[in-house]
Amino acid sequence: MTALDDHRVGRGSFPVGKVLGYAALVVAAAALLLPFFWMVSSSLKTSNTVFTNPVTWLPDVPRWRNYLEIWRVSDMLVWLRNTVVLSVVVTFLQLFTGSFAAYGFAKARFPGRNLLFVLYIGTIAVPWQAYMIPQFIFMSEIGLTDTLWSIIALQAFGAFGVFLMRQYYATIPDELCEAARVDGLSEYGIYFRIVLPLSVPALASLALLTLVTTWNDYLGPLIYLRDPDLWTIQLGLKTFVSEYSAEHALIMTGSVLSVLPVAIVFLLGQKYFVQGIATSGMKG
Amino acid sequence: MSTTTVGDPPASAVRAKRWHKARRSLEGVSFILPNFLGFGLLTLGPVVALFYISFTNWNVFGTAKWIGLDNFTRLLADKSFHRALLNTLYYSALHIPLTLVLSLGLALLLNRELRGVAFFRTAAFFPYITSIVAIAIAWNLLFSKDAGPLNQILGLFGVDDPPGWTASSDWAMPAVIIVGVWREMGYYMLLFLAGLQTVPPELHEAARIDGATAWQRFRNVTLPCLRPTTFFVTVMLTIGSFKVFDLILVMTNGGPGQSTLVLSQYIYQKGLVENRFGYASAISVVLFALCMLVTVVQFAVNRRRAA
Repeated sequence: MTALDDHRVGRGSFPVGKVLGYAALVVAAAALLLPFFWMVSSSLKTSNTVFTNPVTWLPDVPRWRNYLEIWRVSDMLVWLRNTVVLSVVVTFLQLFTGSFAAYGFAKARFPGRNLLFVLYIGTIAVPWQAYMIPQFIFMSEIGLTDTLWSIIALQAFGAFGVFLMRQYYATIPDELCEAARVDGLSEYGIYFRIVLPLSVPALASLALLTLVTTWNDYLGPLIYLRDPDLWTIQLGLKTFVSEYSAEHALIMTGSVLSVLPVAIVFLLGQKYFVQGIATSGMKG
Repeated sequence: MSTTTVGDPPASAVRAKRWHKARRSLEGVSFILPNFLGFGLLTLGPVVALFYISFTNWNVFGTAKWIGLDNFTRLLADKSFHRALLNTLYYSALHIPLTLVLSLGLALLLNRELRGVAFFRTAAFFPYITSIVAIAIAWNLLFSKDAGPLNQILGLFGVDDPPGWTASSDWAMPAVIIVGVWREMGYYMLLFLAGLQTVPPELHEAARIDGATAWQRFRNVTLPCLRPTTFFVTVMLTIGSFKVFDLILVMTNGGPGQSTLVLSQYIYQKGLVENRFGYASAISVVLFALCMLVTVVQFAVNRRRAA
């Protein structure tokens, strides 16, 4: 945990810094990944061999049957279907409403623009838990509770998306838009034909972040979705754990299945995740 | 007001110009509108309504009845509320510094040109994007009291009487904090990595020529350059710690007893399980005020240091 280039101290001789650095990295990576390793390995055991003394890190004979069994004993298919529907719809709406509003805040001019933007930013700092009660009351008044619409409404208009996209649009030179205006292009034309095509990397970042957030959301569905036919994977998994508390291996199988899609999306779009986080964190 | 004289632009041109300006404003507003409809109704509105509801006695079937500060005076005497408040502060007091130090350490480690650095960055970030439910379930098994892998590993290091983790009222909170830090440090590491890119290498070079040790260079070059990032990370971490909830809900459900009950969970309990909207909103106002207060103080301190 010393300064960044202290491996250079040992240049020429035995690279002590480098070796220590690697050792620290290996320990850190092991600590970070061990729980996932345990999850996967336990998902391939029988339930009574999950806990042994000493620990079995790898089962002698992997029990792939668990991955067939889980579909039979749980409503995994229903949960996955609901989660996919929600994630896709929410992501699409976030991208549209977020980038559209961000253009308004970054490139268009109208009175009250800055004040409105401050309100958006301000609410990012307010924890959702603080206003979930009035939000719930409003949702029940308009009859959206216990429908998938409630989660869509909850997630689709986030201030975060507006903020992220606006940060990116700020890097597109105003002169470009001005030139287009002089050429007679309308604001919508500038948005669709110039700004949007230029912002594909930012859109990808926002899409991945939104997709993963919606997929992993537990509290929203917990509060709004009572009907088991509407449950998402997180809600279903949690219920499964309480119902089958002794089936450790199957519980881990379900957990792996709930993480797998996110892991794939993450590996494919890694670059955009990092970009999105870095952009949103750049400026406080 | 002005009288029209020869040579002024014709009134129609003025009107056209004004109309043009108004049209551009309308267009601008139209971009915000789709998002604002949802944002206004589902975020801004509820935030404002929160304050009103906190002054009422409102249960699910009744109507809101104005009772002034009653909810807040009742909070003062509510033992469970005190417990939740203290637990939230306990969680924050450990979670914030631990995450800060570990994520910065990780970022420094990964900011070098080592083989395989990309893999390590990915590994570090992975826990943050996986679901809390799956993570909490896996960790709960790892934490198992008797044959749990974690206690067996501790046994290898000579710990004879390992903690009961989530089953023990003393160790449940540390267990939750460990998972919280483990999950979030990758995210903050990324922010620190982005910050480290802005540290000019010439400064390090100059300090090295002057004979500064690695620690001195870290203290006097890296840390000052990172200040904006550190500030942002601290603010985010604080708000994040104050609102901790789903991790606790899945791992311990506030137990054993009330040993891991936190403010957010108490809001959920009063508001959405017991349907006492007014009382729950009063707790929400406290949470809100706490976040605002700490953020404002942090901004003030940051400004004074920057000056």
